Amino acid sequence: MLSFVAQRVVKGVIVLLAIVVLNFFLIRLAPGDPAIVMAGEAGASDQVFVKQLREKFGLDKPLPEQLFIYVKGVITLDLGFSFRQQAPVAKLIGERLPATLLLTLTAFAISLMLGILFGSFAARFAGTFLDTAITVFALIFYAMPIFWVALMGILLFSVTMDWLPSFGYETVGANLTGFAHAVDVAKHLIMPAMTLGLFFMATYTRMTRASMLEVKRLDFVKTARAKGLSDAVIQRRHVLRNALLPVVTLAGVHSGTLIGGAVITETVFAWPGIGRLMYDALLQRDYNLLLGVFVICSAMVLIFNLITDLVYRLVDPRIEFAS
Amino acid sequence: MPKRVLLGLLLACGLTAPALAQEPKTGGVINAVIQPEPPGLMLAQVQNGPTQMVSGNIFEGLLRYSPKLEPLPELAESWSVSEDAKTYTFKLRKGVTWHDGKPFTAADVLFSIEMLKQTHARARTNLAQVDKIETPDDYTVVFTLKQPFGPFLGIFEVGSMPMVPKHLYDGTDWKTNPYNNAPIGTGPFMFKEWQKGSFIRLVKNPNYHEKGKPYIDEIYWQIIPDAAARSVAFETGKVDVLPGGSVENFDVPRLSKLKDTCVTGAGWEFFSPLSWLWLNNRQGPLADKRVRQAIMYAIDRDFAKDVIWNGLGKVATGPSASTIKYYTDDVKKYPYDPAKAKALLKDAGYKGEKIRLLPLAYGETWQRWGEAVKQNLQDVGINIETIATDVAGGNQKIGDWDYDIAFTYLYQYGDPALGVGRNYISSNIAKGQVFNNVEGYSNPEIDKLFADGAVATPDSKRKEIYEKAQKILVEDVPVAWMLELQFPTITRCKVKNLITTGIGVNDGFKDAWLDK
Repeated sequence: MLSFVAQRVVKGVIVLLAIVVLNFFLIRLAPGDPAIVMAGEAGASDQVFVKQLREKFGLDKPLPEQLFIYVKGVITLDLGFSFRQQAPVAKLIGERLPATLLLTLTAFAISLMLGILFGSFAARFAGTFLDTAITVFALIFYAMPIFWVALMGILLFSVTMDWLPSFGYETVGANLTGFAHAVDVAKHLIMPAMTLGLFFMATYTRMTRASMLEVKRLDFVKTARAKGLSDAVIQRRHVLRNALLPVVTLAGVHSGTLIGGAVITETVFAWPGIGRLMYDALLQRDYNLLLGVFVICSAMVLIFNLITDLVYRLVDPRIEFAS
Repeated sequence: MPKRVLLGLLLACGLTAPALAQEPKTGGVINAVIQPEPPGLMLAQVQNGPTQMVSGNIFEGLLRYSPKLEPLPELAESWSVSEDAKTYTFKLRKGVTWHDGKPFTAADVLFSIEMLKQTHARARTNLAQVDKIETPDDYTVVFTLKQPFGPFLGIFEVGSMPMVPKHLYDGTDWKTNPYNNAPIGTGPFMFKEWQKGSFIRLVKNPNYHEKGKPYIDEIYWQIIPDAAARSVAFETGKVDVLPGGSVENFDVPRLSKLKDTCVTGAGWEFFSPLSWLWLNNRQGPLADKRVRQAIMYAIDRDFAKDVIWNGLGKVATGPSASTIKYYTDDVKKYPYDPAKAKALLKDAGYKGEKIRLLPLAYGETWQRWGEAVKQNLQDVGINIETIATDVAGGNQKIGDWDYDIAFTYLYQYGDPALGVGRNYISSNIAKGQVFNNVEGYSNPEIDKLFADGAVATPDSKRKEIYEKAQKILVEDVPVAWMLELQFPTITRCKVKNLITTGIGVNDGFKDAWLDK
């Protein structure tokens, strides 16, 4: 297993470098001059000022030279300097990453737990009213755009009922500490995590249901039934365990999508994560910051994929690690 | 007692009674919205809107400006102008200290100006007329100009010329100076904390030079990126102040009707945002003045004001907003008249050539406005194609002159020499740059008028020159002027005296207090 992990890490680093090079050029294909954006209304009309900005941030250098400087930096774990925010990219990402991880991991946990639970119920009671209700429920959340769910959540739980805060990571100015602070953060987390989690929950519900119904038809389930095992045991030990493999695969793929979904969720709920940092960096053509966020997100996807492969083995010990 | 005197006394009582009731109270916290998150707070190095809004509390300029744009004392307590209008002497306020306790002196003014010449594009342009600056003593600064410069007294507000602490910046690398992240100014509030993505916290400066001020203990600038979420934050009582432009204009009527909510359009007099359509004068049908005039007649600007901007704003009459100096409405008028537009297009021989329209990617209101203008132009037979871009992409297209019609709005800075001329003079035609003469209008007469207007004396002469310039421009239609925009500031009514000057919320909260 160790050699498998080591090999994947080496491959991951190569993939990351490829992503850096590709993104470096892709970002620059987008129209828009970061120096003009930085200069703002008054400065953008001043040629000397814009030229100074280009020189200051090395934007006047030839592209291959800019790439060489950037890749050299990445190799030495220096993600560069943000033009717009005038701070090291690593520092900016470091400030925001914990909030994004908290949000996405909570959403991920909610979606997986609820999705598998609802999917199992739907499969267990296939064809009944409960199955139909769960399927319709999943379909609705699968079809609704994340920003719409977010706004409806705010309207219902913040404006109408005043149960949950509509924005932010914590109550600003409350200066809470310890348990009270944790409760406060949890209250702020519920809506964004649910919003982000509901779409994926719907996917897992549908996937679990379909997969379980398929496994239920297989011979080994019939054998288990013939052996006289109870329905609950068959569902839990034989059907669910085997049906989970495609769900795990999907969850691995979703790890990257979750970060993408977090851009919208973080924007609507003013959640101070890297999704928003990425969005702002894109609008401002803050190349280094954008590349930095891409590097971190890509690294996270690679790590999640590795974890997925390891979880595969746990779920089904018959799967061997490729050497 | 004569009736007139009695009436006078009653009026006086009537006026003073509320004044007494409005005696400022001290203490409390104001939660305000800031959007987008400022990239930095060091006003001398970063000059975008959000930075000015927050940092206007931390830094100060030599002067402030009344809603009528008359200069008021700030760090300079008085000033005088020589008879030849070339020497300006500022007497600095004594007893002013930086937030770290060091005294503010003329050396700081001198240093700030040197720094701003390198870091602040607008300040550098404004200071180009200065021949030399002298500091005969610690509290006197003398500017000698190369020639009289009419708007000179209008360049000293905090956003245009913030004062920087020499003792913390002199001899350091300004870009990486640690005080950029924890700015030190002389202002009524001190920087305390910035949780990136969440909030910026400022606290009262206990040693502020205006005794008794500020009244508020703390300000939290909350960062909420989504416009709908900002509306909700106000609606649910989480924020007290929505500075102009924080919410979509179509939300303003709804929010205005909420209990204990006050709305004001004041505080934009200095900036006077004026919207227009850049018209690329260089190429295609728009090179013909008649087509540009047809566009002016074709657009229903009253509809835009009443429906898209919910009645907020005013139909523009020309290149100057009605709130800035030397404005005149004695110019050619362009009422909504599609028939006249069609006639002009026919006269110009317009054959349905495709014209590209770039809307402004500043949110829903602007998107809707783009659609309305497209409809208006199509109605008179102009073949319009909308090009969707984001702000950075749009700016590049405009700067590269790769457009036909494009939305924009720019500030006027109180004087035609500062905020108007730059868009029409031919020396400001420079490819690759935006917010200058990107339409490519070139008229030697206009060049001369703006050149003369900046240095003419006395005021009556300037007035004459700028009125003439407005008349010529409105006849030529280098761009299609749309609306004088209004960005209302929405507050809880308990927030008193928030806006007292021509730069509104950007001037800091030193006069604001909470009626608890």
